[in-house]
Amino acid sequence: MYLAAEGAHNPILPIWQEMVVGTISFALLVFVLLKFVMPRMEAMYQARVDAIEGGIKRAEAAQAEANQLLEQYRAQLAEARTDAAKIRDDARADADGIRQDILAKAREESDRIIAAGKEQLAAERATIVRELRTEVGTIAVDLASKIVGESLADEARRKGTVDRFLSDLESTGAR
Amino acid sequence: MSGQLVVAQDLPWPPSVGDFYPPNVAGPWVTKFSIMIWIAVALLIIFFVAAYRKPKLVPGKGQWAAEAVYGLVRDNIAREQMGNAGIRFAPYLTVLFSFILLTNIFSIVPGLQISPNSHIAFPIVLAAISYVMYNYVGVRKHGLGKYLKQSLILPGVPWPMHFLLIPIEFLQNFVVRPVTLALRLFANMFAGHLLLLVFTVGGFVMLGSSSIFVQVTSVFSFAMAIVMAFFEALVAVLQAYVFVTLSANYIGTSLADEH
Repeated sequence: MYLAAEGAHNPILPIWQEMVVGTISFALLVFVLLKFVMPRMEAMYQARVDAIEGGIKRAEAAQAEANQLLEQYRAQLAEARTDAAKIRDDARADADGIRQDILAKAREESDRIIAAGKEQLAAERATIVRELRTEVGTIAVDLASKIVGESLADEARRKGTVDRFLSDLESTGAR
Repeated sequence: MSGQLVVAQDLPWPPSVGDFYPPNVAGPWVTKFSIMIWIAVALLIIFFVAAYRKPKLVPGKGQWAAEAVYGLVRDNIAREQMGNAGIRFAPYLTVLFSFILLTNIFSIVPGLQISPNSHIAFPIVLAAISYVMYNYVGVRKHGLGKYLKQSLILPGVPWPMHFLLIPIEFLQNFVVRPVTLALRLFANMFAGHLLLLVFTVGGFVMLGSSSIFVQVTSVFSFAMAIVMAFFEALVAVLQAYVFVTLSANYIGTSLADEH
């Protein structure tokens, strides 16, 4: 292996035949790989990136949809809850109103009945007063005409007239 | 033991530059190194074409491995260094990365035991391609004048400084970058092979020694050779990554709108 004659070669100086061989062989390598392999490799790389990123994107879309649905359901639930609360409140308010109405009506009715009773009483009293007045007047006139008639016609019957009037009075009072 | 002693006497000790230049197999065009390069090219073509014969969305083992390499270069190198605009360079960078990685790994493959990149010719070819590429990309995007201006003139510097800075920037962008790109890869592979030689051949030399103590100590030499082989694997991957990352970075700076 050891050759003194070749050992003189300076390792910093290239052997030109080797440079030619290196250039041609490397050029061939580059040509073949760049023409037949690397474009497909880059295409495959892109396809894979697309596939992975597409998968991620799809997953993200599904997640977003799920989140949206969840939000929707939550919103609906909350809406339903507020509706129920509102209906309950309304019912309570209605019941209150109805009770108030009934109470008011009853009070009104009772007031009306009392008022009617009072009116009737007053009317009856007025009638009685009126009747009494006419009766007392008639009686007074009767008494006066009797007294006056007696004195004018018959002095002697004066005593008798008064007695008769008194007995009349008693008899009407008894009647 | 005596047989090994004979072998030991034939061993090249100490390891030298000559070990990197085995005799030609058939003339200057068919050498161990050119054969290794063709093997690497053939393996890579077979691997990638086979892996991507019927690509599926859910990859098999081969397709997965090919895509792992592509994904590493695409996302961790091209996009990292050049942003989303750099993804169009990812295919070339992937080829570059896998080629350098495979040829580097040859340095610890039994039977090959040396990386073609320890001959500077191959790193020079690769660095030259990167060099042409980043300059071409820059000129095509900005036009020659603007590209040169962007590469050479630092903004926001007092003008007398340019007498100093323009030569430095020129050296940096148009000389140092490609030279270091090639030299770094070459030197790492060269030194790595030399280290392996030192410990492996050194182990055999010690084993062939007449002193029993030195023979026993050769165990440490072989152990070190194994450690170094793992280290070499690490360097192989790292240097491939560095070469491609720097190439991407240079293209990125050519594409950038500011210095």
